[in-house]
Parts: sequence; C-alpha cells; structure tokens
Amino acid sequence: MVTLKFNIEGGNFSKAGYASSQVKKTLKQLNIHQSLIKNIVVALYEAEVNIVAHAYKGTIQVDIAPTDVSMLVSDEGPGIENIDLAMQEGFSTASAEVRQMGFGAGMGLPNIKKNVDEMYIDTVVGKGTSLKLKKMLNNV
Amino acid sequence: MELSEIIDIVKAKLVAGNANGVVIEKGFSSDLMSDVLTIDTEKILLITGTCNVQAIRTAEMADIQCILLVRGKKANPDMIKIANENKMVILETSLSMFNTVGRLYQVGLKPVY
Ligand SMILES: Nc1ncnc2c1ncn2[C@@H]1O[C@H](COP(=O)(O)OP(=O)(O)O)[C@@H](O)[C@H]1O
Ligand SMILES: [Mg+2]
Repeated sequence: MVTLKFNIEGGNFSKAGYASSQVKKTLKQLNIHQSLIKNIVVALYEAEVNIVAHAYKGTIQVDIAPTDVSMLVSDEGPGIENIDLAMQEGFSTASAEVRQMGFGAGMGLPNIKKNVDEMYIDTVVGKGTSLKLKKMLNNV
Repeated sequence: MELSEIIDIVKAKLVAGNANGVVIEKGFSSDLMSDVLTIDTEKILLITGTCNVQAIRTAEMADIQCILLVRGKKANPDMIKIANENKMVILETSLSMFNTVGRLYQVGLKPVY
C-alpha cells in the first residue's frame, strides 16, 4: 500500500492541481490502467480545486492498494448547506475570481461522482467539508 | 490532422513542446475547465481563451497533449514549465475563438461530440 499526503491552501490557484499531478505520476509508476488513472485524477483535481475555490485550507490523503484507490479530501471552510443542491449540475456559489480561472460552472461535484465508485460527503456548516472517494482497480 | 498543419492554418506560435509528428483527430473548445474535465476522448486539441496554470493542469489530468490559446493570450512561464514537464505542446494564436474554430472545422478537425 502506498500513501500520499498533501496540504492544500485555500485561495491559491497557482498551486491548485499540484497534489493531483503528483498522484497521477505515482499511479503511472504503479502501472495502473490509463483510463482508471484519468478517472481518479479528474475526480481528485475537481476536489482539490474545490478546496482552493471554496475553503480556507485542507488536506488530501490518497491510499493506493492493489484493489482500490481511496481518497480523503478534507477542508476547514464554510461547509455545504445543501448537499443535494450542490450535487446538481450547474449549481455554483463560486466567486467571479474563481470563474475567471475557468472554474465555477457547477460541474465539479457531479463530475467527481461520475468518475469514482464511491463518494461520501461529510460537511458541517461553518466548520468544513470532507469528501471520501473510492475507485476500484479491478474493472477496466 | 498533423499538428503542423493546424499551426499553419491558425498562424500559431509554438511556445512549449514539439509539434513534429503529432497527430490530432479532434478539437474541443471551452473556457470552462470543468467542461474539459468531462471529455473522455484522447488525442484532442484543447482550444481555449483561459490562459492560466489551471488550463495546463486541466489538460494534464484529462490526458490532453496539445493546447491552443486564442485571442492573443500568452502562456506565462509557470504554464510553460508545467507543459514541458508533461511533454505537452502549447500554441498561441492572435485569432478569436470563433475564427480559430471555424478555420479548423473547415479543414476537417472533428468535434468530440
Ligand atoms: N469544499 C467545499 N466547501 C464548501 N463548499 C463547497 C465545497 N465543494 C463544493 N462546495 C459547494 O458546492 C457547489 C458546487 O460545487 P461544484 O460542483 O464543484 O461546482 P463549482 O466548484 O464549480 O461551484 C459550490 O459552488 C459550493 O457552493
Ligand atoms: Mg468545483
């Protein structure tokens, strides 16, 4: 089992994607199928961008096991008031600044869901959000 | 279509990577990175006016090797560095998105959908 951990800074768009990029390199070295790698890193990158766009700071932990890749993406931030609404395509509270970066289309959470096998959101308004994701590696 | 042909048609400047022998079948144009991340086609040209590190990171995650910046946007050193690390090509054209996409569609670059 390989474990990777990263600290993510809220608001720092120039660094957003660094963690996902490192995870991608590791998954490639482990010879995981390209289409699975793409699913995993697209989901992780959207989650990483959500910390940068919506929270104050956060952490990412990725556990790569022979059968699956588990990702825990946790932040200290405003939390999500209505998860059902946040999961809808097109719903976004992103700032104008975030939109200028090419995000804030409200497609992140729905796209994360499409790319993984399991997704749990744990959120407390005023405290933070934690996203638990799992991708199985046995079915290509 | 050869990437070198694309460079000719939109009078692009190559600022990162190597275009030799690169073949592109399809194009996708968007300034919204989350849209780009929903595409599951490879070997595409990403045509965008979003000129920042996130455009390059998005392409990296989506396995897109070639990015064409439109409307005269210039790639910054961080973008070029990340592109080089990942063996990506960055092109710049002064043409608008509409003009760029129209020209490339006309010569047979295919849409993703
Ligand atoms: N980590 C987070 N902390 C607080 N709010 C979040 C977080 N992630 C998502 N959200 C909320 O859910 C909405 C939808 O998220 P998403 O689908 O990724 O779209 P976008 O990030 O483009 O707005 C966000 O606009 C925001 O209101
Ligand atoms: Mg998002």
